Amino acid sequence: MGLGGFLGAVWQVELVRMVVLAAVVFSFLAVGGPLFLVLAERKISAWIQARVGPKHVGPHGLLQTVADTLKLLYKENIVPHRADVVLFSVAPVLVAVAALLDFVVIPFAPGWVVRDLNVGILYFAAVSSLTVIGILTGGWASNNKYSLLGGLRSAAQMVSYELPLGFSLLVVATLTGTLSTVRIVEAQPYPAHFYPPVIVAALVFLTAATAEANRIPFDLPEAEAELVAGYFSEYTPMRFALFQLGEYGSLLASSALFTTLFLGGWKGPFALPGLGPVGNGLVWFLGKTYAVVFLLMWVRWTYPRFRIDQLLNISWKLLLPVSMVNLLVAGLLVVAVR
Amino acid sequence: MPLDWAYVAVFALVGAGMAALPLGIVWLLAPRSAYPQKRIPYESGIVPFGEAWSQFHVRYYLFGLAFLLFDIEVIYIYPWAVVLRELGWFAFVEMLIFLGVLGVGLAYAWKKGALEWV
Amino acid sequence: MNAEALAFYALAAMVLVGGVLVVQSRNLVHAAVSLVPTLLGVAGLYVLLHAEFVTAIQILIYVGAITVLILFVILLTEGATGLRVRQRNEQVPLALLVCGGLAVLLLGVLGRVPWGPPAGPMPPYNPGAVGRSLLMPYVLAFEVASLVILASLVGAIVIARREK
Repeated sequence: MGLGGFLGAVWQVELVRMVVLAAVVFSFLAVGGPLFLVLAERKISAWIQARVGPKHVGPHGLLQTVADTLKLLYKENIVPHRADVVLFSVAPVLVAVAALLDFVVIPFAPGWVVRDLNVGILYFAAVSSLTVIGILTGGWASNNKYSLLGGLRSAAQMVSYELPLGFSLLVVATLTGTLSTVRIVEAQPYPAHFYPPVIVAALVFLTAATAEANRIPFDLPEAEAELVAGYFSEYTPMRFALFQLGEYGSLLASSALFTTLFLGGWKGPFALPGLGPVGNGLVWFLGKTYAVVFLLMWVRWTYPRFRIDQLLNISWKLLLPVSMVNLLVAGLLVVAVR
Repeated sequence: MPLDWAYVAVFALVGAGMAALPLGIVWLLAPRSAYPQKRIPYESGIVPFGEAWSQFHVRYYLFGLAFLLFDIEVIYIYPWAVVLRELGWFAFVEMLIFLGVLGVGLAYAWKKGALEWV
Repeated sequence: MNAEALAFYALAAMVLVGGVLVVQSRNLVHAAVSLVPTLLGVAGLYVLLHAEFVTAIQILIYVGAITVLILFVILLTEGATGLRVRQRNEQVPLALLVCGGLAVLLLGVLGRVPWGPPAGPMPPYNPGAVGRSLLMPYVLAFEVASLVILASLVGAIVIARREK
């Protein structure tokens, strides 16, 4: 077959490259995401609560999540009575894939981005919204009233917070005049980096990202004491693990995006000795991203959770009007300074 | 440029495959001893009563609808953000009007109680 | 057959299969979820037309918002109680006749259109170009769009509240 066209003359090479890159990024996501973050969460919560956390499996408990994951492979796969088998299996895969797709536009180091899409941040917003469908169908497919309720609430919450998140992205787009993540990193620090519009946008972003990831203080849909585990109560081993992959994955992706938009991405104040530009960029980028994740985990273990009506009010009656005004202020700044 | 999106498509497929892989492994390895009691939906141990799909309130719909409409509004702002710098005041005023109209909509929804949960 | 043609056929198949599933499924939730591959396929077709801004919008709005809204509606009404929707009735022969006639008509019309690649290079279609055209030549349409959105919001609230 003479495939050519946009794949280039040697299409096999391009195809192999795509598949390998996808596998590599997925592995990074699986390992640097839930595998590492679940453990990090347990250790951090332990530290905040003045206890030690897992410490037996591997040095300092580092292999704990690996052990847990291997254990999950052996657990019985229970499909609830009269549940919708097809959707029951598809939903967790959809959530995991949505988290993976987020990473296509994240620049890890200079020149290290999967594809620098022209519509970068818009693409990120679009792909993040795919998670909602996975959660809705997952909650419904379990044939459990509480799962369904959890799924609906989670969907209502995620959808409400997507708007302020979008507005934060727009502030950055307004100041830089581009939607491409690579160009946004290159444009930092913005001339107006410490002016109110950017600070407000950053704060709104963090709040909305926490809500999107269903984390405390916004985790009512999963509230452990109330809805068991919310929309994923009925999901046994690997399907559950895939939902976790999606959740922690999108947390990591949001942190990575925050780093890219507001913290300078892979740029660092000084060059580390012994590493080339790529290694340098990678270290700074990952360091900042995980610092943001740490911040969000710290918040989780410090605050109580909001009620559903408080949660929705915060989004629609506070964050949204503030974001709209903030965007206009940012626009004013851009126009007044040109 | 379609190449960019080809990467996205491949990522989605490979991701789906790699995500489905553990599911396959579980299907092979895990014990199977399903009996009816195990498969009853979990309601903190009691026997569930009533259909799972009872009717829910219209408020979910209203939030979803409000989200949809504001999402469409956000769509219009993306191109504006990119060209604001070169088009200047005229573009700014246009957006002021645009967001103003939608702000009226938000205020209306707020006043009419469409944004209340209870 | 080059990559573009292959992609086109694959995407078109996705759209058509999804569409058939939407219309044919007896379970309403399955029907709604089948919209997702259909709409994603359409987004892919936009990529082939070099309209990536519209692709992103398609995914964001159609898959991310409209499908979610449809699912909300289905779960709010009786459709989710496992009610099976009857997909065949007595009017099948008449329907086949009408569809056949429509197909012949459409194929006849489509056959007469001079399809062919456009003469010059394609105009740029990126967010910048869209922005420039929205804010200058089409500014009135842009502002009217906000009014249309406002009208939809007000209308939906009025209708929903009347039922409370």
